[in-house]
Amino acid sequence: MLTVEERQEIETELTRYPTRQAVCIDAMKIVQRHRGWVSDESIRDIGELLEMSPADLDGVATFYNLIFRKPVGRHVVMLCNSVSCWIMGYERMREHLISRLGIQFGETTPDNRFTLLPIVCLGACDHAPAMLVDNELHTDLNADRIDRVLEAYK
Amino acid sequence: MTQEKPLTEAIPLDGQALSLRGYEQAGGYEGLRKALHEMTPQTVQEEVKKSGLRGRGGAGFSTGMKWSFVPMGTDAPHHKYVVANADEMEPGTFKDRYLMEGNPHQLIEGLILAAYSIQADVAFIFIRGEYKLAQERLAKAIAEAYAAGYLGKKILKSDFSLEMVLHISAGRYMCGEETALLNALEGKRANPRSKPPFPPVAGLWGKPTIINNVETLVNVPHIIAKGFDWYQGLSRGRDPGTKIYGASGKVKRPGLWELPMGTPLREILEEHAGGMRDGMRFRGVLPGGASTDFLVEEHLDTSMDFIEVQKVGSRLGTGTMIVLDDHTCPVGMTSNLISFFAQESCGWCTPCWSGLNWAKQVLAEMEEGRGRPDDLEKLQFQTKFLAPGNTFCALAPGAAEPLQSALKYFHDDFERHIREQRCPWRA
Repeated sequence: MLTVEERQEIETELTRYPTRQAVCIDAMKIVQRHRGWVSDESIRDIGELLEMSPADLDGVATFYNLIFRKPVGRHVVMLCNSVSCWIMGYERMREHLISRLGIQFGETTPDNRFTLLPIVCLGACDHAPAMLVDNELHTDLNADRIDRVLEAYK
Repeated sequence: MTQEKPLTEAIPLDGQALSLRGYEQAGGYEGLRKALHEMTPQTVQEEVKKSGLRGRGGAGFSTGMKWSFVPMGTDAPHHKYVVANADEMEPGTFKDRYLMEGNPHQLIEGLILAAYSIQADVAFIFIRGEYKLAQERLAKAIAEAYAAGYLGKKILKSDFSLEMVLHISAGRYMCGEETALLNALEGKRANPRSKPPFPPVAGLWGKPTIINNVETLVNVPHIIAKGFDWYQGLSRGRDPGTKIYGASGKVKRPGLWELPMGTPLREILEEHAGGMRDGMRFRGVLPGGASTDFLVEEHLDTSMDFIEVQKVGSRLGTGTMIVLDDHTCPVGMTSNLISFFAQESCGWCTPCWSGLNWAKQVLAEMEEGRGRPDDLEKLQFQTKFLAPGNTFCALAPGAAEPLQSALKYFHDDFERHIREQRCPWRA
């Protein structure tokens, strides 16, 4: 069930758009902000509120990079793998993160602290390599800097 | 003469956003005041058309012309929309983020002027989910613009009213394509739509809709405030205005520079980007993002405008360049680019989802030392299927551009991968 708070936030979005479906991406992001991810149950609940079938809504959910249909850790690390970062050392940064966190892309550390994901160009190409942690941008990465950044996310 | 930089000169150097007050002191919202009190929507359109402004998102279409396709007058559909395309996700492109973070009100004013010129009643800023700082600054600026009477009912006591909504996307390269963006705004998968009808006639929820790139829109307040003659005088090339150029890769000073349109490629890379890092040689450049053809040494004297870059077989695109050096493998770089396009294909058209995945696999195997003698032929074959005319949108043709030009200019490197059964750049 959606919480009262989630429902209110979705209702507010509904006032800004002419159709209910137009709000579905915002609605999933609202639920994800509260719960960390979007479960099958949430898909059904949001679908009901917005008059969309779970299949239609899941089709939208799985299309977009920033909607998580699986549980994630407390912090989500997204490493840019696009061309400028690739030139500037993406592969070394990837190997460092994989060995440092002990997980592959798409996995979560056993202590539930970090989930590691790849992401497309972050528009920080003049300060490559770059990554996001919980949507905060970190640039000019090297192994030391990655270690320092991760320390700050408990 | 000092070179004018209308789009960036007011942006604070300390990384903060220009405030509303700072923007007004720099002449901000004067274009809007002039348009609402002295100009009709048609004369705003005319001024932009005469300025020769071309879209900065990659395609380079005439902005004024695009606006002129919108039905006007009392018979026109009710509800018309304008959308700022702030879904900057073209690999190697980072100009719109800078413009939005540095001067959010400039984008808002440009979007209001676009709305006035087609008599739209709702404006959206469609921004990618990852651009958190730009989102925060735009949200604050939109609230300030409402409070100051630049948005809402009867703007600046004129008869024109406009609502503006910041739409934060959930992230997908396809959303940058304008009809896919419309589907995303409607809460659907961002597949492109069949054209015609084009969005200026039937766009968002079937109503007339104009979609312009951020950099395109931020030119508009200056054109309206200072006139098309002044605007054309800013350029050194065949297309008017200034351009935000950028460079990334192993140059000494990667960054962004607002320069006269038509500044030569060599001047941008050598004077502004500082040339290659010590001990490295220039091998090639994608002149305007990932979906443009490589240019090489012989093209360095090209003027960076739409017309001249096209003449040498590439596109100005977004004007943000990705430089290939001699310590970086051209096959690996092409493989990275094609993997991106294969991943981001929405899956709608066969040449795109199937062809790109095929090309991706051939390139990956070549990099891993498992290239086959007929691989180059296979890749050439794919570039023909990915070409314009075979797909709904420009993603596949865009992907073909770096691939076909890499095969042409770095042919020996591809052959060497196959012959030696390894990537010579990897230990």
